[in-house]
Amino acid sequence: MNGPQDLGGQMGFGPIAPERDEPIFHAGWEKRALGVTLACGAFGAWNIDESRHARESLHPADYYASSYYEIWIKALEKLLVRHGFLAGTELQEGTVSVPPAAPKRVLKAAEVAAVLAKGGPCDREVASAARFTAGDRVRTRNFHPVGHTRLPRYARGKAGVVEAVRGGFVFPDTNAHGHGENPEWVYTVVFDGTEIWGEGADPRLTVSIDAWESYLEPA
Amino acid sequence: MAHDHDHDHHHDNDLNPMTARVKALETILVRKGLVDPAAIDAIVDTYENKVGPRNGARVVAKAWTDETYADWLRRDATAAIASLGYTGRQGEHMQAVFNTPETHNLVVCTLCSCYPWSVLGLPPVWYKAPPYRSRVVIDPRGVLAEFGLTLPADKAIRVWDSTAEMRYIVVPERPEGTRGWSEEELAALISRDSMIGTALAGQPA
Repeated sequence: MNGPQDLGGQMGFGPIAPERDEPIFHAGWEKRALGVTLACGAFGAWNIDESRHARESLHPADYYASSYYEIWIKALEKLLVRHGFLAGTELQEGTVSVPPAAPKRVLKAAEVAAVLAKGGPCDREVASAARFTAGDRVRTRNFHPVGHTRLPRYARGKAGVVEAVRGGFVFPDTNAHGHGENPEWVYTVVFDGTEIWGEGADPRLTVSIDAWESYLEPA
Repeated sequence: MAHDHDHDHHHDNDLNPMTARVKALETILVRKGLVDPAAIDAIVDTYENKVGPRNGARVVAKAWTDETYADWLRRDATAAIASLGYTGRQGEHMQAVFNTPETHNLVVCTLCSCYPWSVLGLPPVWYKAPPYRSRVVIDPRGVLAEFGLTLPADKAIRVWDSTAEMRYIVVPERPEGTRGWSEEELAALISRDSMIGTALAGQPA
């Protein structure tokens, strides 16, 4: 979706303001927000693509006014209600009134180290051979899906070169919506800065994205 | 807070909105048997005390001193990094990109906040915030200047936008004057930002 998350090339957000000796967390609630988000992810009720889509589906004004952990919590509340773990009234009233859906797993403290060390690999076998190979010239599609996609707007309809074939991966555009993993080949595609930004672009800049095969056409 | 008492009843109306909101959410989830608060403690402890940019610095220092390891890191970063014990969440599919005299590498996630947790820990606030995500793909030199880094005008810049599940670590160039240094000594020169690409490796004192 052409949502607030798709930030590449937007302007007006001001300086970066890197913080010297930045703490890992800036408030106690951020620690709980991280932990509760990961613990709820362990339910197995949604995948990383659905959670990314829940975050980018916040109203743009809300998204830009929120810190990243705020975005996480707001999206997590939506996911918990959507999947039957919470009722909206419980959040409003701070009371427990509805039995929750059954999670596939409740993460226990003793399991945390192993679960984090394992992660959630999303490489998958792809039945067909890769359509492109390193060195191929390609053009990204120009599309504007209302659902989730990982092709940023600044890189749509642009000519680039396949630099590497990364393997088969779960396709987020369907996986985010419960329409299956449908794995595809993923490629690192590199673009000249001038192809993307046109007049005034840094002549020594190249930008790469990692693109699923269906984002690409031969050029 | 204006008061500093620490007795154990709650003044929810004293809490800022996010503190209250997250506390309410966690409380409900715990009461429903969905979340174990000790699991949250263990997750926080992992990223406060166990997983952080010292992991990545060890990877880079080893690559600087061991050409065989550097080659492995180029070919199969996930396995080469796992051989040092760094695996898992947001490091499942790693790529190492090497700075050279000709090219400087810089990593971003314009679409969210993808970051190589297994080697760098949790991302800093600026990495996740709109100014960096919006600007680094169009004006990387302007962004680097805000980090105090000015590259020669003829140095190429490659920006890696982490749009899929590959997670990137930059291997900065080894500084001059470090011949014969141990991995431990070298690792002290390797900052988090140098492995994102917003800094170079430190210079020997």
